[in-house]
Amino acid sequence: MPEKIPVTVLTGYLGAGKTTLLNRILTEPHGKRYAVIVNEFGEIGIDNDLVVGADEEVFEMNNGCICCTVRGDLIRIMDGLMKRKGKFDAIIVETTGLADPAPVAQTFFVDQDVSDAAKLDAVVTVADAKWLTDRLKDAPEAKNQIAFADVIILNKIDLVSADELEAVEERIRAINPYARIHRAKNCQVPIAEVLNRNAFDLDRIIELAPDFLEEGHHHHHDEDMQSVSVRHPGAVDPDKFMPWISDLTQREGPNILRCKGIVAFPGEPKRFVFQGVHMILDGDLQGTWKDGETRQSRVVFIGRNLDEDAIRAGFLSTAA
Amino acid sequence: MQTELAPSLTDNVAPLDAGAHVTAAAWLGDTVAFALGDGAVVLAKDGATHRVAAHPDGAILAAAGDGERLVTGGDDGRVAVTGRDGSTRELAATGGAWIDALALHQGGGIAWSAGKNVTARDDKGREKTYQAPSSVRGLAFAPKGYRLAMSHYNGATLWFPNLDAKPEPLEWKGSHLDVTWSPDARFLVTSMQENSLHGWRLQPDKGHMRMSGYPAKTRSWSWSHDGHWLATSGADAAIVWPFESKEGPMGKAPRECGARPAKVTRVAFHPKAYALAIGYEDGMILLVRLTDASELLVRRTAPGSGVTALAWDGAGQRLAFGAADGQAGVLRLPG
Repeated sequence: MPEKIPVTVLTGYLGAGKTTLLNRILTEPHGKRYAVIVNEFGEIGIDNDLVVGADEEVFEMNNGCICCTVRGDLIRIMDGLMKRKGKFDAIIVETTGLADPAPVAQTFFVDQDVSDAAKLDAVVTVADAKWLTDRLKDAPEAKNQIAFADVIILNKIDLVSADELEAVEERIRAINPYARIHRAKNCQVPIAEVLNRNAFDLDRIIELAPDFLEEGHHHHHDEDMQSVSVRHPGAVDPDKFMPWISDLTQREGPNILRCKGIVAFPGEPKRFVFQGVHMILDGDLQGTWKDGETRQSRVVFIGRNLDEDAIRAGFLSTAA
Repeated sequence: MQTELAPSLTDNVAPLDAGAHVTAAAWLGDTVAFALGDGAVVLAKDGATHRVAAHPDGAILAAAGDGERLVTGGDDGRVAVTGRDGSTRELAATGGAWIDALALHQGGGIAWSAGKNVTARDDKGREKTYQAPSSVRGLAFAPKGYRLAMSHYNGATLWFPNLDAKPEPLEWKGSHLDVTWSPDARFLVTSMQENSLHGWRLQPDKGHMRMSGYPAKTRSWSWSHDGHWLATSGADAAIVWPFESKEGPMGKAPRECGARPAKVTRVAFHPKAYALAIGYEDGMILLVRLTDASELLVRRTAPGSGVTALAWDGAGQRLAFGAADGQAGVLRLPG
């Protein structure tokens, strides 16, 4: 299998500092060559050899999945970029400030040609420390971008007080307790914290396991966007769990932005690890349970208007 | 064709290193032109090659030849015309937007698209433009008349560039990729994002045709010389649909040729006989005769060298091929 090209999706509301971060990535002395896909061609000063203009054409797949939207222009651009294979090492997709990250992410799972050639590395969201709280109130796009993120750059911290900074971070945590947050001025963060995150790799979800939620630590719930985490201190029955997770994501898919989980099956030496975007689930047996390790099962959902009690009861009813 | 001569034709292949991903191959008389992912066009004749920098700063994304010239569209936003003598010139430039699709008219016209914008330039150089409802992925001129089919999201549109008539929409939900007319102009067929083909029976009733069951997208197809068959890629065999009757392939099973445990990536019908050249993702190329399913080996498997281009010369004596890793070659049929 040839190595798949990693793709970083860069989101953030208007004016948060996406282009600043992009240029920082591109000008670091990392020796890597990037293909950069931006939404408007000829956008202000992107210092890179290979810049591709995209038109953010989102369309539905005819696969009976109502929330399964993809970026048609990305499929087309990836097809073209593959003709230049070997001329670049990674791809960065910068979305517009008003974009929903889901269609971008889903493109890398739904389209076979794209997923054969490239893999989603992480969704990185740049947030403006001064204005994010306001945007979370009036812009659903901003909330989606926070909820979807694997990495959040909380930018422009020099423009807010320590208390304000704490408050905005609380707001972010209430929506998405799992993303890594980096406070920054002028998007000055170590590039290693942004690239090569492998956030969508199933074996990486195991690595993340230790901070994969200390359940119940975050009580500051957002009004309509929340995370639900459920833990069962033992194994679940695959004949009950698989239909449950499949049914839940099919039914609640439009509301579930991201999900992740690590569960134990009775007599199975490996963990079952899954992650998903809306209705699209990716799961596999990964990594053996260690001797003496507690074989427990955990699932996490980030979404809108999730029925926490129903999810909790549903998951616990799959206990083996 | 005298297929009984040898089970393998590999000794009749003159290999050639084109140096970069082969986007397309086309014959310009006795010269074969390879359009490449590094922006060059390599012209080969009788073992000698000549490299032309058609798109010095880009990759060639689309190319079409008419026997005299190779027209290429690049990610540099340029449309270039390269002759068999190695001369090359810029025909048009978008200012950066990728040229996604290209089509040539047998009367000398050229059409290209960049995003939603389609330009048709007739043999006298008159350019007409049309903005499609969404990005255009495929272009094809009708076999007769100066009429262009454009495939896009939720269907295709038929346009007479030099007439005032309103373009005619053909609707079908979903993302349509490439488009082709049957040689008798009775059918228009598109390939779709959802691993299927869609067809419109243009005469008499605009009936829909759905051809599904492919495990992958169809990105290559070829009509038989008499227009009775449409061979397609996208499965572990070339899927060949019957178009002989007025109804087209509806209710009929397709033929499967060259079934192997590898996906077919390119197909090209012989210009005079019921023989189909089939290129696979693992680099193999077979020549299959439709009448008795006999197979001849043209190229062995080659890792990383999936077949990306196939082209017969006009007489059907030579088959040019190209691959994702820049390997290419020309088969000369014996006899």
